[in-house]
Amino acid sequence: MSAPESDSAVSAAPVESASRTLLVTLVLCLVCSVVVAGAAVLLRPIQDTNKKADLIRNVVAVSGLLKEGLTEEQALKRIDARMIELATGDEVKGIDPDTFNIVKAGKDPEISTELTRREDVAQIRREPRYLPVYRIVGDNGELKKLILPVYGYGLWSTMYGFLALEADLRTVQGLRFYQHAETPGLGGEVDNPKWRAQWTGKVLFDDKWKVQVEITKVAIDSSSPDAQHQVDALAGATITSRGVENLLKFWLSDKGYGPYLSRLRHERS
Amino acid sequence: MSYQPKKILFDPIVDNNPVILQVLGICSALAVTSKLSTTITMCIALTVVTACSNAAISLVRNHTPSSIRIIVQMTIISSLVIVTDQFIKAYAFSISKDLSVFVGLIITNCIVMGRAEAYAMKHPPLPSFLDGLGNGLGYSALLMAVGVIRELFGSGSLFGYPILPLDRDGGWYVPNGLLLLPPSAFFLIGMIIWVVRSWKPAQVEQPEYKIYHAPRPEVAS
Repeated sequence: MSAPESDSAVSAAPVESASRTLLVTLVLCLVCSVVVAGAAVLLRPIQDTNKKADLIRNVVAVSGLLKEGLTEEQALKRIDARMIELATGDEVKGIDPDTFNIVKAGKDPEISTELTRREDVAQIRREPRYLPVYRIVGDNGELKKLILPVYGYGLWSTMYGFLALEADLRTVQGLRFYQHAETPGLGGEVDNPKWRAQWTGKVLFDDKWKVQVEITKVAIDSSSPDAQHQVDALAGATITSRGVENLLKFWLSDKGYGPYLSRLRHERS
Repeated sequence: MSYQPKKILFDPIVDNNPVILQVLGICSALAVTSKLSTTITMCIALTVVTACSNAAISLVRNHTPSSIRIIVQMTIISSLVIVTDQFIKAYAFSISKDLSVFVGLIITNCIVMGRAEAYAMKHPPLPSFLDGLGNGLGYSALLMAVGVIRELFGSGSLFGYPILPLDRDGGWYVPNGLLLLPPSAFFLIGMIIWVVRSWKPAQVEQPEYKIYHAPRPEVAS
């Protein structure tokens, strides 16, 4: 490092005195905190819009509305977000689904309950008491699709995603993970469009409304009646695949959205 | 020696590259180079932080008591990093999700602290700014090289645009999964250092010690 030794920095003694040290520290901290706070406050609205837009974009993407030729904005108008209480399936007023943070809610002891090891199929430890659901309604207010946030542990990370169900509440419209840290190229392929496409049209419940879904490493025999419940596993990602299966089983069970789903079924019949 | 802005700016790119010669800033180089879009964002962030922190630290260098100079440097650097992080979150949201903690970790990047302590504390603001810019560019040059290799051969694309058709999409290229994992960057950086030092032998470090061959002990048989 051939640094030219220009003006010598260290000069008079007062710089080293205690009062000078305190003064420098104070001024520096003041200036720095103003800069940091200023940036945080000024940029906050843009960041919030980004976060919200990102969430909505994922909901819209999984809904399949874009394939029907709608623009993102038109699709957005058809989506009706509600908060529900998982244990009862009741709708909850007073919480804004747009700003509800699923990741935080799953860790906050105030609004989440601890799961016993047996219940904790998806390995999420705590389950939030409330979660948002996104309903896509037709022109007459009838439910056309239902989008549910789902998450569970894969190999390295909790995978956060959305599951979109058709109006019959048993056929998958789409499954999409928007946040995960699985191995790139192996488990990371959970967000590969080709693998995601397999899910469309799969049936997650049997005739008695018992959850039936299997991610299999064996070639799927399309003539067997079970084929509609089976999805091909990700190559080289056994644990990630199992994680996806487990999280679906958990969220569709009575511990997850079960009460809400059965309520919707009764309302319809 | 006189003030040579060009030399200060361009020296750190090949002749005195912070990663290749000084082997600093390796950990972020492993983490963010699997995709070019994240690589370039990280490069810009680090270059901005190094340049601005160097200038800011140089501005206050005559008023900083030497007993607290490291803390002063850290405070300035971390404030700049937080501001940069906030900007990335506001204006490049999807990339900020991929970069996650690594922008925040610029604070601990040895290049930033190293330049502050080695250069900015002794030089006026403008040359310090250029030195920070140059070192940032040197880091960027290496990261971009690693990023191009990793994304091209690991995912068959550059900046997300497919270049080599992948076999899983019906093309001919079977991607190398290792390149998507952090250790591959380690191998690549090692090879780049090897190539550069073969080209410029002046960069080869002198061995710190020589292995002394002890005479074979005479054992009475």
